[in-house]
Parts: sequence; C-alpha cells; structure tokens
Amino acid sequence: MTGPAADALAIAAVVRARRVSAREVTAAALARIRARDGALNCFTAVTAETALADAERIDQALAAGRDPGPLAGAPFGVKNLFDVAGLPTLAGSKIGRDRPPAARDATAVARLRAAGAVLVGALNMDEYASGFTTENTHYGPTRNPHDRGRVAGGSSGGSGAAVAGGLVPLALGSDTNGSIRVPAAFCGVLGLKPSFGRVSRAGIALFAPSLDHVGPLARTVADLAAAFDAIQGPDPADPAAADRPPTPCGPTLDQDPGGLRVAVLGGHFERHACAEALAALERVAKALEASRRVEVPEVARARAAATIITASEGSALHLADLRTRAADFDPMVRDRFLAGALVPASAYLRAQRFRAWFRARVDEVLGEADVFLAPTTPGPAPPIGGPATMVVVDGVEVLARSHLGVFTQPLSFVGLPVISVPVADAGPLPLGVQLIGRPWREADLFRVARRLEVEGVVAAPVARPAP
Amino acid sequence: MSDTPDREALAAYVDQAAALQGLTLDPAWRPAVIAHLGRILGAAALVEQFPLPEEPAPPGPP
Repeated sequence: MTGPAADALAIAAVVRARRVSAREVTAAALARIRARDGALNCFTAVTAETALADAERIDQALAAGRDPGPLAGAPFGVKNLFDVAGLPTLAGSKIGRDRPPAARDATAVARLRAAGAVLVGALNMDEYASGFTTENTHYGPTRNPHDRGRVAGGSSGGSGAAVAGGLVPLALGSDTNGSIRVPAAFCGVLGLKPSFGRVSRAGIALFAPSLDHVGPLARTVADLAAAFDAIQGPDPADPAAADRPPTPCGPTLDQDPGGLRVAVLGGHFERHACAEALAALERVAKALEASRRVEVPEVARARAAATIITASEGSALHLADLRTRAADFDPMVRDRFLAGALVPASAYLRAQRFRAWFRARVDEVLGEADVFLAPTTPGPAPPIGGPATMVVVDGVEVLARSHLGVFTQPLSFVGLPVISVPVADAGPLPLGVQLIGRPWREADLFRVARRLEVEGVVAAPVARPAP
Repeated sequence: MSDTPDREALAAYVDQAAALQGLTLDPAWRPAVIAHLGRILGAAALVEQFPLPEEPAPPGPP
C-alpha cells in the first residue's frame, strides 16, 4: 500500500485503519520521488520536512481517536503556481524565485490538507501557465512517463507526469485553455476542469482571470471525485468563486448513468483529430451507446476569441515585469506576452461580446443531452524540442503547439465542466476523451467516467519505467 | 481592424505601441513579437467579421 500503484483512497483506507502509518506512506512517496524524478523532472520543490510533520500529525490524530479526514495520508503535489506556505510561488518563472515565500497555502491546497492529504512538493509547468508542453526553459522539460522523449503536455505537465509516473496518486493543476486536460490526456490519467467558479483560485498565480480554473488529476475516478469534493465550494477570498453549495460527487459515483443522454460533439471536434483519437472517441461513444452527433456553431471563432482574451489578460498581469525585466522571462512566453500587451482594447471587448453570444448558443445545444463527448487532443504527445511549426486551422495561422488545445479551449471559454478520461489501450501512447457536462453537473460526468472505468474502457495504470 | 494589417504597418504599430507602454523590444525579440501580434490580430479579424447582434453584453466570465 506504499507502492507507486496505490491510489489515494486505498492509502487513506489503510492509514485510517492504522494498518500502515501516514509516516510510512509519506516516506515511501519521498523515496519514489528521489529515485524517479531525476528522469521525469516533475518536481521543482520537494517539501519533505513539512510532509513528514503532516504525516506525524495524522498518525497522532488517529492514535487519539480523531478523524484526520477522508484522504488521510494520501500524498499529493501541486503545480507550482499554487501558494504553498514557506515556498516562493514560481508559476514556472525565474522571476518568482525573487519573490518572498508565500505566507499561507492557496485555498485548494489548504482544503486538500484539511482532508488529510499530505503535500509532498511543487510541480513543474509552462511559465505563467502559458503553453501546452511544459518545456520550461528555466527548469527543463517535464518528460512523459510513457515515453521520456515526449512532452508531458501542459501547462500542468508536472502534475500529469507525477501522477502517471506513480510518484503521487493525486495532484492539483490549473486549466485556462486546456492545461489540466491536455497533460491528463498525454500522460494517460484523469483530469477534471470543473465548472467556472466551482473551485477557488485564491492563492494561485492567475494566468487569464476570466478563464482560469483549478482542478485535480488522478488515476482513478473515485480519487478524482474525492479530491474534487475536498476542494469544491464557495470561498470569499476568490471573487470568481460561485456562491453555490458544493455538490459532492463521491457519494453518487456508482449510480447507474443509464438515464443520462450522451451525445458526440461533431463538426470542429471531429475535423481536426487524428485517426487514433477518433477511434478512442468511438470506443467511448460505443460503450455509452452514444450515436447522436450535435454541433455547436462558430467553434473556430470561439477559439480565436479565447486566444485574444488570454493574450490580453495574461500580458496585463505581467506588464510591470515586462517593462523592467523582460529578459528574465522564458523566451517563448516573453514574446507572446509582449505581443499581448499591444492588443487593442476594442479587440478584447469584441472577443468578450462574442463569448456571451457563443455561450448562449452552447446553452441551446446543452439542452439536447446531459453529457457530450469530444477528443481531448488532436493526437498523442509530440516529441520534446520539436520545431515551432505553423499550421492553419479554420483559416487562422497558429503555432502547431497551440493547436494541442484545439478541442479544449472552446469549452473552458464558456466554463463547462469537463473530465478528460484516458482510454484504455488507445495505442502506443495515451489518448484522452473529454466528458463534457452542463454547468454545475460534475456529478453526471463522474457517474459516466465511473461506468467507463468499471467496463475497462477507461484505465490509468502507472506508466512502466522506460528501459 | 477589418483584416490582418500588412507587415510594415504592423511593425510600425508594434514599435510605437511598445514605446508608449514603456516596453523595450530587444531587436532579437522583435520579429517574434510582430509575428505573435499578427496572429492575434488575425484572430481578432475573424471575430470582428462575425455579425453580433447589437444588444450590449457585459464583458467578463460566463
């Protein structure tokens, strides 16, 4: 139960039953990180001391007959844009190293710790969450545990790879245009981007505030639900957090999803996918008996609008540093941010107006089913260090690497909840399918994901270490 | 902006707007910044070309 394949709830069960101590579990996780992270480069900081102290407290609570929480002793890591008390919040940057250490944990980190999970470190990412590959110039690329020559995806690449590599059973990431779902798909794990406003972003370094979401990554549906249940709900410290009561998803996980109507998103969402990604989608659709195709109009334009909003909001947050120390940015991010700082306000406002129009069209389509399916990425993880090639997508020239978000970006644009599930044996490399829900209906997605997991259509085994 | 601006106009805009914003563009970065802005403005043109109904919609999250 201290091995790499142990899931978070299984660990919590044996810790709570006092068959294994939280300290043993934590020490084993720290030893795994020491042994394997050199090859994967997931962690930018390992919090061994506080992790062992947290574990001791859990063991003491149990010995005293107190309940240490549903995730007691389960190790987790967080993308390094989350505040962790005592660590500088890097957000993938060199500039962040000069900032004072965070005074307190981000809300989501504090909530997971309050549920008994043990934070073991901070995870690599694209600088300021701007990217889909985690090829970070300052901290090096995170490597895909399924093929170390390939990217882990991004921007939560350290989170995806740490979970896929069996270093931790749980991680937190953030998703602005696909940054939880893309690494989840490339690394063959589950990733949840909740409804916009469902999980507090207080204490994270934001990227594009009108698009940013926080969510968990895990290798089992039940773990993903347990982590989500621990972190979801209102938070006065985040003005974007919705004032809605939490909807726990763990308790309804095993309810038959047979009554839910499932449809496949056609058009844009099928046009740009490779054959293997479409085959993975078909496998999930067949398992759920989803034969209907529905289409959302103007998806390409939605993507264009999301690009404008991301560029403008992202640059605005870093304008002071762009003025005084632009040379300290990751070069790829710096040039994008400098350009974003020059976008006319009229373009930004038009993009936000288009967003409201698009949201209304999406609402109409959402009436036609309860859960919608689409590929997560156009194909599997590309090689690390590939060329910065351009592709034309729906008439707009984009960087091939930005194209990795072609199916994720239009959905976060309107804040819908999405779980990316890894399709079992999809090919030589992992591939994900997005289960897309109506706003606030994460519980529907969990029921469907669980059914797929039980039927063996979805599986997230720990990646076997490459030779 | 009804269409993607031509290269020369774009480069001139980048130089002047960057200066007004207090941003210094290293000559080595300038071509990439111009290319990125060109792509963003291309995306803006695509959005602009779509006829939105006239009713005002507040900017902000969905």
